[in-house]
Amino acid sequence: MDQIILQFINGLDKGSAYALIALGLTLIFGTLGVVNFAHGALFMLGAFCAVTLQRIFTLSAETIDPTQKDFLGNPLVVKTPYVELWFGPDMGASVIHWSVPLAILFAIPIMLVIGYAMERGLIKHFYKRPHADQILVTFGLAIVLQEIIKQFFGANPIPTSAPPVFAGSFDFGVLLGFDANTIIYPYWRMIYFLFSTVIIAAVFAFLRFTTFGMVVRAGMADRETVGLLGIDIDKRFTIMFALAAVVAGLAGVMYAPINSPNYHMGMDFLVLSFVVVVVGGMGSLPGAILAGYLLGVLESFASMNAVKEILPGIDQIVLYLTAIIILLVRPRGLMGKRGVMED
Amino acid sequence: MLGLNKRDTKFLIIVILLTLFTPFLMQPFSENSALAQFNGGYPDLMAKVAIFGIFAMGFNILFGLTGYLSFGHAAFLGVGSYAAVWMFKLLTLNVFPAIILAVILSAVFSLLIGYISLRRSGIYFSILTLAMAEMSYRLAYSVLTPLTNGETGLQVRPNDPRILDSATSANYPNLFGLELSSSYKWDVLNHVFTFNVGYYFCAVIAIIAFYISMRIFRSPFGLMLRAVKTNQQRMNYTGLNPRPYTLAAFVISGMYAGLAGGLLAAMDPLAGAERMQWTASGEVVIMTILGGAGTLLGPVLGAGSIKYLENIFSKINENVLHDWFSFLPTGLQDAVVWVLSRFTGEGWALTLGLLFMLVVTFLPGGLVEGGQRLVRLFRRRGKPDGGDDPQHHPDPAPHVAE
Repeated sequence: MDQIILQFINGLDKGSAYALIALGLTLIFGTLGVVNFAHGALFMLGAFCAVTLQRIFTLSAETIDPTQKDFLGNPLVVKTPYVELWFGPDMGASVIHWSVPLAILFAIPIMLVIGYAMERGLIKHFYKRPHADQILVTFGLAIVLQEIIKQFFGANPIPTSAPPVFAGSFDFGVLLGFDANTIIYPYWRMIYFLFSTVIIAAVFAFLRFTTFGMVVRAGMADRETVGLLGIDIDKRFTIMFALAAVVAGLAGVMYAPINSPNYHMGMDFLVLSFVVVVVGGMGSLPGAILAGYLLGVLESFASMNAVKEILPGIDQIVLYLTAIIILLVRPRGLMGKRGVMED
Repeated sequence: MLGLNKRDTKFLIIVILLTLFTPFLMQPFSENSALAQFNGGYPDLMAKVAIFGIFAMGFNILFGLTGYLSFGHAAFLGVGSYAAVWMFKLLTLNVFPAIILAVILSAVFSLLIGYISLRRSGIYFSILTLAMAEMSYRLAYSVLTPLTNGETGLQVRPNDPRILDSATSANYPNLFGLELSSSYKWDVLNHVFTFNVGYYFCAVIAIIAFYISMRIFRSPFGLMLRAVKTNQQRMNYTGLNPRPYTLAAFVISGMYAGLAGGLLAAMDPLAGAERMQWTASGEVVIMTILGGAGTLLGPVLGAGSIKYLENIFSKINENVLHDWFSFLPTGLQDAVVWVLSRFTGEGWALTLGLLFMLVVTFLPGGLVEGGQRLVRLFRRRGKPDGGDDPQHHPDPAPHVAE
């Protein structure tokens, strides 16, 4: 029993990442009708926003301390981060420690600009082209983005730490009446899960309770009519694209402490998030989120030793297998609307 | 000749000549000259061009004719490689059994995957093939390790059984005793031309593959495949079921991929799972699009130019760049070199991505369309008629049957 609960909550944090990326993909597909293969790259860019901010905070001034000697007997060069010089050692240290949460504020404007530039500069020209062309050009863009990141940050994963306050783990087992240390869960993953629910709730609230969101939903349902009513729907859809980029970016920022960012993490997540979108149903926002969490949990269960003994290798392929079965049996996915992309 | 009309025969003969004279064509600059680094006439590269040309040709039969965009073709390449290496290990280091098994096994594999994937079209087909290929890749890395040797990769070892080989026979893949890696060097007029057995073996197979793909393009079967791409609904209305045709195209292109995989293993008897990764499938998509999907020569051109440029670009490092721009003042030189070095050497993939985006955006017909536009431009200046044979280069239609 404790194993099952453990795997369930273990699956939630990966599922959160899937859900957030799939949410953005579905937003783009639902509004603009574009299949965005560069969405994983946006996730990766978000993670590297966190890395960049950490690097900026740890930029150090070098001073020579004559009272100390290094092992060669020369005066020791002491590196002090500028933030510690400016804000005092305590405040500065905590700024550095909190760089990942602070990177959220840093990433939002950056991802907005990137998303806006991407839509206006590239995607705009591909609305009338077939889906295959959209896939191809965004695939090219994904390669370009990941190569640029590789040029600046190198090919190795860059460890990015969460604030030390959240370093430990939370013992769920005690809470539920099991023995201590049976169900332990790192604080940061818990925060990631909570963060993802907040973001998802915010996106849904934005779409449901604001006038802007209402217009966007109307445009998703019938773009032409909304256009005929004299509303510049293209402009709003551009903003939705930027918003989807922000969602993917934030998912990346917060994911950085869980998995050290490297340049191809976007590609790894991209394939899986397409699987998620397909399972949830093309163009269905609740479907994407449900499928995200479901598949995260499913993957986690498949990696249990008891399951692996019966079906060796199932943990590697369970998501793809699910997607194939869903596509063949129920092509509109779990919650897709009848007739949307159903051929 | 060979069931081709006059024009096609001429076309085929030109292709054959080009292939046979590749060792000269790719070695245009003399040794010791400043341009020698642009020479690509060494066996490894030439064989790769031929092999990936076969791979792209096969992909083109599926994507170019029917418009079904498969993102999982590298799986068949991987299967072909594994099959070939197993044949080397168990039976003999002669390449023929290896290649035959590679083709057969990849045909079976693609029949299976194609039968399932072709139940959907458009983006769903792409995602299905992608999922299938990722599954094969992951399995090759994990559970199938006894078959694939996991991350190390499958390779030929001296203590393999090789029941058909005698104890004294060669230890490298060979063609009835003629080692594929052996080559003859011809040193003339400061040029070194290398004639490699492996390259010519691949080249002959590539020519046969090209001939088959030409026959498919010209056949009623090829016309059916084009019909699938142009308007599947109308095809249904006329009482034709497109499934058998698309499935046949899928299997044929899978066999081409398996053949390419077998040849890769023959040139270098090592098979690794990374050949099956979906980014490898993306590479063949890029090759085909870059050259021109739906044309006969396009995919080969695409494969050739990508492999050649990859080789050249990877060799250009910062020192070479400094050498080239030494005439500039120092500060400017450093700046220019810094910018250019982002795109060369390690940054080759960046250049490829940019190039690919540009081609998809501005030149959907690829290099072939670019060439046609140039020809038309010159013709218009000379004669007013812009008569281009539509049979040779079918109109660039939307890529996916929707």
